[in-house]
Amino acid sequence: MRDFVSARVRAIPPSGIRKFFDIAQTMEDVISLGVGEPDFVTPWCVCEASIYSIEQGSTAYTSNKGTPQLRGAISRYLDTRFGTCYDPDEEVIVTCGVSEAADIAIRAVTDPGDEVLVAEPSYVSYTPCVSLAGGVPVTVPCRAEDEFRLTADALMERITPRTKVLVANFPNNPTGGVMPEADWRAIADILVDHDLLLISDEVYAELTYDGDHFSPAKIPELRDRTITLNGFSKAFAMTGWRIGYLCAPPALAAAALKIHQYVALCAPVMGQVAAYEALRNGEAEKDAMVQEYRLRRNLFVDGLNKLGLACHLPKGAFYAFPSIESTGMTDTEFAESLLYEQHVAVVPGSVLGPSGAGHVRCAYAVSRDNLKEALSRMGAFLESAK
Amino acid sequence: MDDKDRILLQLLEENCRTPTNELAVLAEVSEQDIRDRIDRLEAAGVIRRYGAVVDWERAGNGNVAAVIGLKVSPERDFGYDRIAERIARFPAVRSLRLMTGAYDLQLLVVGSSMHEIARFVAEQIAPMDRIRETATHIIMKTYKENGTTYAGREEVERLPYSF
Repeated sequence: MRDFVSARVRAIPPSGIRKFFDIAQTMEDVISLGVGEPDFVTPWCVCEASIYSIEQGSTAYTSNKGTPQLRGAISRYLDTRFGTCYDPDEEVIVTCGVSEAADIAIRAVTDPGDEVLVAEPSYVSYTPCVSLAGGVPVTVPCRAEDEFRLTADALMERITPRTKVLVANFPNNPTGGVMPEADWRAIADILVDHDLLLISDEVYAELTYDGDHFSPAKIPELRDRTITLNGFSKAFAMTGWRIGYLCAPPALAAAALKIHQYVALCAPVMGQVAAYEALRNGEAEKDAMVQEYRLRRNLFVDGLNKLGLACHLPKGAFYAFPSIESTGMTDTEFAESLLYEQHVAVVPGSVLGPSGAGHVRCAYAVSRDNLKEALSRMGAFLESAK
Repeated sequence: MDDKDRILLQLLEENCRTPTNELAVLAEVSEQDIRDRIDRLEAAGVIRRYGAVVDWERAGNGNVAAVIGLKVSPERDFGYDRIAERIARFPAVRSLRLMTGAYDLQLLVVGSSMHEIARFVAEQIAPMDRIRETATHIIMKTYKENGTTYAGREEVERLPYSF
């Protein structure tokens, strides 16, 4: 029999953490700093709203783009929160999580052979999405010495006549790096000069600890060449509800909608009802969660540095990205030994991009007690590795 | 009161035994600053007392608690303050509040038995001048106290890894 799997799918490398996953499954007392999701339960008002809607029989398809209520609420929220304006009818699509939004955004604009720049280290889906669309992913390094910001120099080095799109995610998973307005302005000039499109994944926007999040679509010259992605998973602890959204000028939104209507039809209605409630009444609980993440960040990063694992203070998301080079191990060796010996799960930085090598991603979306326990286990691990 | 004070108060309310050096790291200020703030908040009476949230039901001492509503005729010039001051002096009265609604004062009373509470209300509270009516509600079960939920919920399993 032939190998029926397509060449494009075959070319996608297997997940870099599958092995770790299997090891961790065999252990009882793992403290996992390996998860990219909040440990909080979704605010109860949000759950109640969704339960009530199910009781009322709200279980059908919605408009492809999402319910008008939710799109309207998203539009108002983006305006008040980040100062970006999107027309809820023409420029907003509710998706099945930001994962789907990233996929349809990339597919909507990528032709075979197009080069798509992906700022790395990064979330793992962008590069395969580009490949599946027939594009050529080209990574742009964001380095520790720049606090993992995207610099104009690094971007310029990777631009060729075939370059069409830049995908960036700030606040960043895995580094916690953020891009202040001045940095975005420098990038904006290059994008305009080379007539490039920006896909900006801002799912961690609410988790910004020092200063406000800056949304690049706020820059007038970028507004019409930006697809903004965001969602409810991280800010409102709603990962399992699978609700994200894509905002773009009408022509680009219409293109993405063509794909969305065929792959997803619409995002789940229960999740859309929940997301609407989150925007209406979830702010206080969101703020409390953000404050708690900040406390955890302070505790954990202080602890890492005391252990001799150099770590800059991340300004966003819920990841610490310490350098483990002082141990003499590679990030993969470090992560594997730490899991085997002390049952602490972290993600090796190199699986998230070449610039992540020598670092490990630690999600501090776990209780402060567990963070303290993880730090003490990491201390014991470093002691025994000496 | 600034943001750092507010965070410090929340942290102490959550666990007043958190060491000063940890409070300093969490609140992003120096240890000396933490000590100064605590001194100031104590002196100002913002921090009233440090204590534990105790689940007495679980401790099994058999105490009984009741919420008691009182209708009170207020006094000229003093309103409810003088009668409240007198009621507050009984050690069995654990909390006392002036409320809107059908009853004016609300008491939380703790005793060793239902009988003891009934006697306390009948003999000490009800006969006081200006008390027009009492309503005693025995607490049957506590689900949540001071923000702490008593019944343990099963932790939901999360994946050990996800991107």
